[in-house]
Amino acid sequence: MTDIIQIAIIGSGPAGLSAAARAAELNLSHVLIEKTDHLSDTIFKYQKGKHIMATPDQLVLRSDVDFAAGSREDILERWDEQSKSADLNVMLNSEVMEITGTKGNFEIKIKGGKSIKAAYVIMGIGTQGNPNTMRCPGGDLPFVQYQLDDPNAYFDEDIIVIGGGDAGIENALGLCADPKLENRVTLLQRAPDFPKAKEANAKALMSAKNDGRLDVITQATTSSLEKGWINIDVKDGTDRLPCDRVIARMGSAPPRKFVESCGVEFSSPDRLAYPVLSETFETTQPGLYVIGALAGYPLIKHCMNQGYDVVENINGNTGLKPADEPLLQEKFQSLPGQNSVSEWLEFIRSQVEIFRELTPLQMREFMLDSNVHAKKKGDEIFVRNDIGSSLFSIASGSVNVHISPTDHSITVPIGEGQIFGETGLISGRKRNATITAAEDCILIETPRNAARKLISTVPAVKRTVDRIAIERQLLQIFGSGLTRDHLNDIIKDAEVSTAMAGTALITEGDDDTDIYIIQSGSMLVEKMIGDKNVFLSYVPAGSYVGEMALFEEGRRTASVKAAVKSEVIKLQGRHFEKLLAENPALKDKIEDELADRRAMNAYIEGQKSNFDSVADLYGARANFLIEQGLGEATDALLIDETLCIGCDNCEIACAESHDGISRLNREAGTTFANIHVPTSCRHCEHPHCMSDCPPNAITRAPDGEVFINDTCIGCGNCQRYCPYGVIQMEKTPPKKPSLLSWMVFGIGPGPGQADSAWVKKKLSKSKAEAPKKAVKCDMCRGIKGGASCVRACPTGAAIRVSPEAYLGLARKEREMG
Amino acid sequence: MAKKNQSVAVHSSFLAHRNYLFLKLSLLICFISIVGYMWADFEPVRNGGTWYGYTLGTIGALLILWLTMLGMRKRWITQGHWSLKGWTSAHIYLGLALLIVATLHTGFQFGWNLHTLSYGLMIGVIASGLFGIYFYATVPRHMSNNRGEMGQADMLDEVENLDRLLRETAQPLNDKYIELVRDSTNKTVLGGNIFKRLSGRDKKCPTQAALKFFREELRTVDNASHGAILDLISVLERKNSLLQHIRKHIRFRALLEFWLYFHIPLTFALLAALTAHIVSVFYYS
Ligand SMILES: Cc1cc2nc3c(=O)[nH]c(=O)nc-3n(C[C@H](O)[C@H](O)[C@H](O)COP(=O)(O)OP(=O)(O)OC[C@H]3O[C@@H](n4cnc5c(N)ncnc54)[C@H](O)[C@@H]3O)c2cc1C
Ligand code: HEM
Ligand code: SF4
Ligand code: SF4
Ligand code: SF4
Repeated sequence: MTDIIQIAIIGSGPAGLSAAARAAELNLSHVLIEKTDHLSDTIFKYQKGKHIMATPDQLVLRSDVDFAAGSREDILERWDEQSKSADLNVMLNSEVMEITGTKGNFEIKIKGGKSIKAAYVIMGIGTQGNPNTMRCPGGDLPFVQYQLDDPNAYFDEDIIVIGGGDAGIENALGLCADPKLENRVTLLQRAPDFPKAKEANAKALMSAKNDGRLDVITQATTSSLEKGWINIDVKDGTDRLPCDRVIARMGSAPPRKFVESCGVEFSSPDRLAYPVLSETFETTQPGLYVIGALAGYPLIKHCMNQGYDVVENINGNTGLKPADEPLLQEKFQSLPGQNSVSEWLEFIRSQVEIFRELTPLQMREFMLDSNVHAKKKGDEIFVRNDIGSSLFSIASGSVNVHISPTDHSITVPIGEGQIFGETGLISGRKRNATITAAEDCILIETPRNAARKLISTVPAVKRTVDRIAIERQLLQIFGSGLTRDHLNDIIKDAEVSTAMAGTALITEGDDDTDIYIIQSGSMLVEKMIGDKNVFLSYVPAGSYVGEMALFEEGRRTASVKAAVKSEVIKLQGRHFEKLLAENPALKDKIEDELADRRAMNAYIEGQKSNFDSVADLYGARANFLIEQGLGEATDALLIDETLCIGCDNCEIACAESHDGISRLNREAGTTFANIHVPTSCRHCEHPHCMSDCPPNAITRAPDGEVFINDTCIGCGNCQRYCPYGVIQMEKTPPKKPSLLSWMVFGIGPGPGQADSAWVKKKLSKSKAEAPKKAVKCDMCRGIKGGASCVRACPTGAAIRVSPEAYLGLARKEREMG
Repeated sequence: MAKKNQSVAVHSSFLAHRNYLFLKLSLLICFISIVGYMWADFEPVRNGGTWYGYTLGTIGALLILWLTMLGMRKRWITQGHWSLKGWTSAHIYLGLALLIVATLHTGFQFGWNLHTLSYGLMIGVIASGLFGIYFYATVPRHMSNNRGEMGQADMLDEVENLDRLLRETAQPLNDKYIELVRDSTNKTVLGGNIFKRLSGRDKKCPTQAALKFFREELRTVDNASHGAILDLISVLERKNSLLQHIRKHIRFRALLEFWLYFHIPLTFALLAALTAHIVSVFYYS
């Protein structure tokens, strides 16, 4: 082709499709280029019959293509029809490999050699990316495949599965499930174990291995492939295995590399970063636009609206207001003054320090996720010990921080343009001070997810937030005894780092005096007694460790290691030594506070000889609980098996109080020394389940419970992200007859979760199809009396605890016993 | 630094609930009833017909009704600050207090009549209840230790796994051997009637039989099959030991349940007898 097409659209997801439809409607010459042999591959790959939701409800759809909530099949069929009737120019089976040139004259190279010239390029390729491929010699041989459609399609083969993630494990198990097929399956894994896989999958794999159904080789990498053979490097040398087929499941590479190769800059090196975009979705490469999930908008409606807007814009309609304008308008309504949306956006951006580097587009997106508050002088904004993880910014006015828990009159001001609430955001723990409005003010409240996105995509924001966090936490430790000069020295040399689970920050016997602030995660304090490492205590995020050395003068008396992956700030000890030398009053004050810990140490020293199997068991139990995720839990369900009679009344109660689905599985989960950790939400400090929820349906309530609200679209991401397997995808079961009619007449399935046969029978009568949604424990939010599972346990075996309290309690028991 | 957390503070067993509050309450009730019985002087006979007897009888009947409500409370998951543990604790201690209250109510006048039948049924309910708490208090620990780190479902899954392994291991052997293995995989029964479950073993377990047979067979078998039989034995041993654990588990579960087969029907019989008792007393007096 030699003609220059006006607009080339890459990727036929909802974003690209909508753009192409707009171009066709405007009679612009266009082409829609799609890698696969069908439109909209991401949606095509949803499970069959999936109910697709059209959130957010308030947002109007602005597109020439229809979209409303419905089944996957209906929506795809509709789109196919409409793309035909609107005469879209679609090129299927065409993967774009490279884009060169500039605005007015781009050249798009397609796999297979074809190329296309276009004046403008719109990229809507989503975030799925491509599977990682085998790079070793022979990696391109025909018996290497990256997907397994039907595990029963092969017979009597030597099959090597590469990759120990969930996909690899599930494929390997699928291949050896039917022994009649006589396949010999080997799974190769690079790491020594299976950290990326779900625990259940890893367990099933090891059990299959123990039974000899398949072979597993860990710490193995492929060195080369040849017909019939695979050569691998293993821990103690090399090996050569027969091999008819390789199924490589090594994860996907995000499309970022490809996008960058087209001349598009991303906002930061962070994994979560998106391309830098103008208000009109133009990238740093003029004439090249990015829309849809790749631009950071994971909901279908957003994608489609952007496709429309971007084409209108290219066509010269620059006055078009985005479809979300009314949503923003409504947000700003509560504020004093009658400014337009863009005036408000600009006002906030210029007022608040951390927003200054945002583009107008980022500002818009960010405000859509945030709330604005106009507060009167004296209004409370939040109270000490509230649970909250949102970040506040002061657009105008100022607030007072009441730093003392006892004396409300001691305050520190925070002024216009500053932020507060960052400790809750970073550590996921309770608010550590009460804040009130010092004068009338306008505040922006940003929920955790949006704030984290902001921090990871705009480096300047991260720096500012870190600095403020250190400053304020130091104030917390040392009170107002610190001067600006000291602070500056300490902050200048502070290092932020991540400690993986198990890494030691402080080693017993060392003679350093550094102090560590635990930003997120938690720490275990241990001490060597005889030849055993005895567990002393658990330190949650928001606290600090290491200050003892400043007073003990000598060596570290205990070790501190990360219980889970944690973020810590290391502060140089020498600054503190100097500070305390100059400031004896401060030294006395802190020494007082240390009396408790010192008593504990003295006690242990004195009891050394008595430490026996009890301490051992206690330490082992603490370690077990940490392994089960209690190190990052805020509230977990435990079952004391010495009391549990197995009546399952806890499950029944949960189902009874939650739409007939139990959110806990008592039997499942692990047990150690009579303490059982059932499968039930731990309400993590930093809930993994929140990582990638398109409608942001998972939030933390004021009382700390992590819960999923009605906007859930059932995509299942949270289920995949939760490492503890506590989220189920379920339809709401039909209503049961009342308890009385069951007790007296035996009608219905009785209390608890109805068995699936009853549900099926009941459902077959009604036609309405309920969508599957994510369900999990919400800690009986809104139910008077609290956790139903605990209340309904007849023997007191089921308890809900926070880890500090539980580990602390166990220590008390030991001291007394 | 650790703040007192309420949910932890209440981690005590149903027997020790609220520092034995209901035990104390129950002892108080018994004490008052006995003192009252000693103090009140009734002529010509001490029995339910006196005002004191009526009082004790009313308290007793109300207690019985309330004790029966536990079955309802257990399943009626409403909002509010109730705890089933508290209810169980109160149920047990107040149920035991009934022993004193009701006995004094009789004035030790027993005979072959409806009244004594009610009393007997009540004693039956209480006696079965005593078995119940004995098992509740002792069995869970054993059950947990027996299960180790496995759950019931894990154990059954593992049986299935071992069965598959057995079939695969037996494949190269002759039909007679395969038949025995098939008995183990197809005819091994777990559970059964209440006596089987309570016994915790199965004397006719085909897995055990097969294991015994192959161990014997090892002495005489030819070299060709020797290795395969050794493999088979090792899998059978695994399965056998697992089965022992499962049967023990089933036994424990049965222990925790079977007393209720007396407790509940006797409760209903008691309610019926009690109604008749009350009606007859008012009708004939
Ligand atoms: C299981 C699941 C359920 C979901 N449910 C919902 C829901 O109910 N409601 C909702 O609003 N959202 C839902 N989402 C989110 C939504 O599907 C996506 O955010 C949306 O599809 C993104 O659209 P897009 O146009 O940006 O990209 P995509 O839909 O990802 O489309 C990208 C297209 O580009 C093609 N492509 C990629 N690379 C190239 C290349 N180099 N050359 C040519 N073509 C290429 C791909 O094959 C694909 O067809 C769900 C997501 C998942 C995973
Ligand atoms: C006349 C007196 C009593 C009556 C009418 C009575 C009645 C009942 C009833 C109806 C239940 C409910 C069973 C169910 O639905 O699962 C129950 C349970 C129980 N009872 Fe009694 N009971 C009496 C006395 C006692 C005594 C004296 C004890 C103990 C010493 C006792 C111990 C128990 C226990 C442990 C339970 C099981 C609780 C649970 O698992 O939730 N009962 N009783
Ligand atoms: S669902 Fe999983 S990840 Fe989310 S809070 Fe609960 S335990 Fe943590
Ligand atoms: S709650 Fe879970 S299933 Fe629902 S939208 Fe969020 S990630 Fe998807
Ligand atoms: S706290 Fe409530 S929602 Fe959570 S497991 Fe218990 S009963 Fe279910």
